[in-house]
Amino acid sequence: MTSSRPGLPGLLDTEAIRKDFPVLDRQIHDGKRLVYLDNAATSQKPRQVLDALNTYYERHNANVHRGVHVLAEEATALYEGARDKVAAFVNAPSRDEVIFTKNASESLNLVANMLGWADEPYRVDHETEIVITEMEHHSNIVPWQLLAQRTGAKLKWFGLTDDGRLDLSNLDEVITEKTKVVSFTLVSNIMGTVNPVEEIVRRAQEVNALVVVDASQAAPHMVLDVQAIQADFVAFTGHKMCGPTGIGVLWGRQELLEDLPPFLGGGEMIETVSMHSSTYAPAPHKFEAGTPPIAQAVGLGAAVDYLSGIGMDAIAAHEHALTGYAVQRLQDVPDLRIIGPGTAEDRGAAISFVLGDIHPHDVGQVLDEQGIAVRVGHHCARPVCLRYGIPATTRASFYLYSTPAEVDALVEGLEYVRNFFG
Amino acid sequence: MYQEVILDHYKNPHGRGLRDGDAEVHHVNPTCGDEITLRVRYDGDTVADVSYEGQGCSISQASASVLNELLVGKNLAEARRVQETFLELMQSKGQLTPDDAMEDVLEDAVAFAGVSKYPARVKCALLSWMAWKDATAQALGESPVKEKTA
Repeated sequence: MTSSRPGLPGLLDTEAIRKDFPVLDRQIHDGKRLVYLDNAATSQKPRQVLDALNTYYERHNANVHRGVHVLAEEATALYEGARDKVAAFVNAPSRDEVIFTKNASESLNLVANMLGWADEPYRVDHETEIVITEMEHHSNIVPWQLLAQRTGAKLKWFGLTDDGRLDLSNLDEVITEKTKVVSFTLVSNIMGTVNPVEEIVRRAQEVNALVVVDASQAAPHMVLDVQAIQADFVAFTGHKMCGPTGIGVLWGRQELLEDLPPFLGGGEMIETVSMHSSTYAPAPHKFEAGTPPIAQAVGLGAAVDYLSGIGMDAIAAHEHALTGYAVQRLQDVPDLRIIGPGTAEDRGAAISFVLGDIHPHDVGQVLDEQGIAVRVGHHCARPVCLRYGIPATTRASFYLYSTPAEVDALVEGLEYVRNFFG
Repeated sequence: MYQEVILDHYKNPHGRGLRDGDAEVHHVNPTCGDEITLRVRYDGDTVADVSYEGQGCSISQASASVLNELLVGKNLAEARRVQETFLELMQSKGQLTPDDAMEDVLEDAVAFAGVSKYPARVKCALLSWMAWKDATAQALGESPVKEKTA
C-alpha cells in the first residue's frame, strides 16, 4: 500500500486510507477542507472501529464475566478477544499480562500505587529513589511525585540536551543502587524524540530497578515489542491509535503482577470475599475492579486489527518520510524554531516549534481559521517548555493518513500567520 | 476574533511595565501558559494606576492594555462596573450583542465580543481582569482606611 510520490519513498496510499476515516472529509469554516494535524493529542477513528462499537452495542451488549446468558457470553468473548489482540500486537508472552485501564495516565498511576503498597523487594520507601526524565508528559511525572511525597522516596530525573534529547551523560549517577523504579517515555509527546531504551534499561537492570515505559506516543506509530525492549511495565492509551477514548493498557511481567498488590478494589478483582477479608483473582482481573470499559476494549481490538492490517512497519516508514519532509519545509519558514530534534532521525511524527514571538495560541487560532488543526500550549509537558525558556509551542503531529499536501498547507498557513501578525 | 482594535493594543500596549502599587498578584492561565503580574495603586477610591508585565497570546496581552486604558482614573465603583460588564460579555458564549449602553461602559473592550464565541480563549481575555479584581481586593484588605464600596 505505498504510493510513488517522487522524492518521498515509503508513503502509504493515503487516498485509500483516508476513505476509512469519515471525519477527514469534513469541511470547516465555510468550506475549508479539514487538515487534521493534532494526532499526538488523539487520532481519528476509522469506520472499522466505529462499526465494531456499533455492532457491539446493537447486538451483544451485556456485562462481562457474570451472566450465563447468550449476550453475556458474547460480550465476554469479545472483551477477552480484544485482550488477545492487544497481547499479540505488543508481543506479550501471555494474554494475562494485559490489563485494561481507562487511559495511559491510569496505567501509570496503577504502577505507582502497586509499588507504594508493595512488600520487599519492590517497595518504594524513604530509603529509595525514583527516576524519571524532564521530557515526560505530566502523567508520567505527577504519579511519581505523589508516590515520592507519600513514601519519602527521592525523585530524580534525567535532563535534556539543547537539541531535544535525553542527557544520559550522568546515567550512572542518576540511576544508582538506591533506585527502585525508572519510568520514561519511549517517544516524547511534545518533541517527538525517540529515546534510547536499551541504554537506560541496561543500567536499570544492573541495579535491579524496575523499568516502566510510557509508550503512548509509540504504540500508535511503530512496532511495539514489550519483550524486545525488556521493560517491566509498558503503558499506552487506545484513543491515540485509532481506538475509542476510555480504554488504556498496562502490560506488566507476569511474576510482578502476581507479586504486587491490587490498587482498586471491587467487583471482578476478587476470588472470595467475606466481611473480614478477601482474596484476589489472578492477573489481569486482580487489577480490573468493577465493570470495565467493554465496548471501548472491543473498539481497541478493532483498531489493532486495522493497524496490523496496514502494518506497523509501513506506518512507521510513512511517518518517517513525512516527518523528514515536514522538518525540511518548516526549517525554511522564517523565524521558525523547532523545539526538539532538527532531523527525522530517532524522531516521531510530532513536531513542536515557535514562530518568532507570535504566541502559539495566536498561531493555532489563525491556522484554525484556515482549516488547519494543530495543538498549542505546553502539551502537558511544561518542564520541557521551562527547559527551553518558552511559554508554549505550536505542535503539528502526523499519522498514517497525513499527506505531504497537508504539510504544504501547514507551511502556507504559517506564512499567512506571519503576515497577519507581522 | 482579531479585531483591529485588539491587534493595535497588542502591538502598542498601554501602561505596560511594573510601577509602584498597593498590591501585586501573579495569575496564570494553566491551559496555555499565559501569565501576568499586575499591580494596583489607589488614591483614595480612585484607580491611580494599574501596571503589569506578562507574556501570552495577543488576546491576553491586548486585554491587559485595554484594562489599563479603561480603569485608570476611574473611581472604584465605576471600575468594578466595567469589570463586571466585561465579565458578562465574555461569559456570553457569543450570544450577546453589545448594545449602546454596554458600548458606553466598555469602550474599546467591546472588541472582545467575538472572543466570547471561543471557549478556549475566554480565559485569555479575562486573565488580567481577574488579576485586577484579586489585586484590588488585596489592596483594600491591606488598607483599612479605604472605604469598601462593594
